Amino acid sequence: MADNNKILKEFTGSDYKYGFYTDIEMDQAPRGLSEDTIRFISAKKKEPEFMLAFRLEAFRHWKTLKEPQWAHVQFPPIDYQELIYYSAPRKKPKYESMNEVDPELLETFEKLGIPLSEQKQLAGVAVDAVMDSVSVGSTFKETLARQGIIFCSFSEAVHKHPELIKKYMGSVVPHTDNFFAALNSAVFSDGSFAFIPRGVRCPLELSTYFRINAANTGQFERTLIVAEEDSYVSYMEGCTAPIRDENQLHAAIVEIIAHKNAEVKYSTVQNWWPGDKSGKGGVYNFVTKRGVCEGDHSKISWTQVETGSAITWKYPSLVLKGDHTTGEFYSVAVTNNMQQADTGTKMIHLGKNSRSTIISKGISAGRSNNSYRGLVKTTRKAENARNFSQCDSLLLGDQCGAHTFPYVEVGNQSSIVEHEATTSKISEDQLFYCLQRGIDMEGAIGLIVNGYAKEVLSKLPMEFAVEAQKLLSVSLEGSVG
Amino acid sequence: MLRINNLKVSIVGKPIIKGLSLEVEEGEVHAIMGPNGSGKSTLAAVIAGRDKFDVDEGEVDYMGESIFDMSPELRAREGIFLGFQYPVEIPGVSISNFLRTAINEKRKHLGLDPLTGAEFLKLMEEKKRMVDIQSKLTNRSVNEGFSGGEKKKNEIFQMAMLEPRLAILDETDSGLDIDALKVVANGVNSLRSKNNATIVITHYQRLLDYIIPDFVHVLYDGRIIKSGGRGLALELEEKGYEWVKKETGEATGA
Repeated sequence: MADNNKILKEFTGSDYKYGFYTDIEMDQAPRGLSEDTIRFISAKKKEPEFMLAFRLEAFRHWKTLKEPQWAHVQFPPIDYQELIYYSAPRKKPKYESMNEVDPELLETFEKLGIPLSEQKQLAGVAVDAVMDSVSVGSTFKETLARQGIIFCSFSEAVHKHPELIKKYMGSVVPHTDNFFAALNSAVFSDGSFAFIPRGVRCPLELSTYFRINAANTGQFERTLIVAEEDSYVSYMEGCTAPIRDENQLHAAIVEIIAHKNAEVKYSTVQNWWPGDKSGKGGVYNFVTKRGVCEGDHSKISWTQVETGSAITWKYPSLVLKGDHTTGEFYSVAVTNNMQQADTGTKMIHLGKNSRSTIISKGISAGRSNNSYRGLVKTTRKAENARNFSQCDSLLLGDQCGAHTFPYVEVGNQSSIVEHEATTSKISEDQLFYCLQRGIDMEGAIGLIVNGYAKEVLSKLPMEFAVEAQKLLSVSLEGSVG
Repeated sequence: MLRINNLKVSIVGKPIIKGLSLEVEEGEVHAIMGPNGSGKSTLAAVIAGRDKFDVDEGEVDYMGESIFDMSPELRAREGIFLGFQYPVEIPGVSISNFLRTAINEKRKHLGLDPLTGAEFLKLMEEKKRMVDIQSKLTNRSVNEGFSGGEKKKNEIFQMAMLEPRLAILDETDSGLDIDALKVVANGVNSLRSKNNATIVITHYQRLLDYIIPDFVHVLYDGRIIKSGGRGLALELEEKGYEWVKKETGEATGA
């Protein structure tokens, strides 16, 4: 316990053991959390008054809350007064050349097939002016602007579009929602804002990759996506590359609003550092993601591939408020070594003829624990609501755990709620079959796992899907045999 | 090509193969027959590299090298193919994806460039015709929801795609109706050449009406107790295994 606390300190404190952190111009808040810290953050970001008020209200509420204990995960207590809640994005690169980067990290980049220019950016190496993505980013922005689409950092949106932020921020995930949501609302550093105006079909996949400095938005990220009537957007967040972040605690918020006839497709790949094989270090990923299908005939789908983090606590949820609304949740969660994941979704049916589909594929290896936790709720007014859930678990080895906690609350006689669940193992026969065809052990596990997760991976945008496939194989390396 | 000398194999201390010798050369088709539990499938599995068996004694050389120095995937890439008695299902993995991975692993091992998508599709069409397999089958997941006959045909199709030097077919005929049996046999016959060899493991003579073997061996209680030409299979069918047992018992004076 004492050891773990020390580690936590090492990650949150200024002495990061990988040396990413030393001698770099740092503009950070004093350790700990108080109204002063919040005023400091707000002032640093030159925020308008309404933002400070929002943060302070969240903070006052947060002080009354206790950390939730119900998840099927274990970790030493977090000392919230030991954390640093704000540090300005780095201006200088961490390294001057690739030779200084941890070779193990580079090897993983190689396996994932990440282009060199991108590898440099991800590892934090100085990028040549030619390779810089500024030019890519600006052409991208022009294309969007012509159609009235707003896609920028949250901070930029606060200044340029305060009316939209005021209207929608906290409307789906209020600061009173839960402990981590309150914390995020008080101290969030930055994030993304996307706004698709009425009748516009966003011509590009909105990817945070295109947003400069997206990698440095810090530990308390906040995303807000608003799709007006009859609009469509596919939004991708995250990154397949392993990110060794010095912040141990990540508590993000994602809010999505879909108005009448709008469709939002949100895809994410999460590969934060999971800690070492013995379970030391690693990121705690405590995220609140929720969307609301506000208008009739609107649709939101979540697709997530979760391979990273020491602990994942995440339930991308949907409130199906309008009539004839559709909610989808497709998830692959991989845990290996000592990782713990408690993830799933909530589908709250309020509208008539609302439909939801949940496909969850858990893969556990090593000594990890992987839980699916999901709620399907149909209210009294949600006539003819329909849900189909399928929760599958795949076990590799005999020391890992897979758990399923499905909650169903049916408030309407006309509801149809279906739940299917399976637990399976990769059998020696399957592995030998592959070996006998000349495919080695790693390749065999990769094939089998990808086959198992195919239903979900096929929902990802093409470019993401290919990377995600490789990522699954890499994440499970050395887990069998 | 394959030389087995005094092979002894056990599983958790229980001897299964008790001193088996066999030589297979290029261009030959060998049939290994024997009653249930005589060690036929164990022999196939040991050659392919299944690790749940203990090799207690003896040598198995393939192309002049000891097979025990080679991993199962290396043996496969060097041209050993096992047609499984019970092919497993791999959900979500299409046959074409599976085979493309397998073929490109083999090509990499042989120092060749991987097949492009177009080249692979062309090869698949060609081999589909050769073994008379339904086109739809290759889009489906490996063996998932296949009938017994489809599974066995799929094994033959994979064999055609991988072009092995040594193919071992482990009771590929079991559970097949006569039409499926002919498909399997046609596949094997059309792949037969003077450069490759086939070991057909079977319980029944029936398959050997369609795949004409050069040699027939009777495996009984972990040993080959009698070898002969095609006629042996017919005689065996007529007189049963008891006959060989008796005859060899007398011959060895036991």
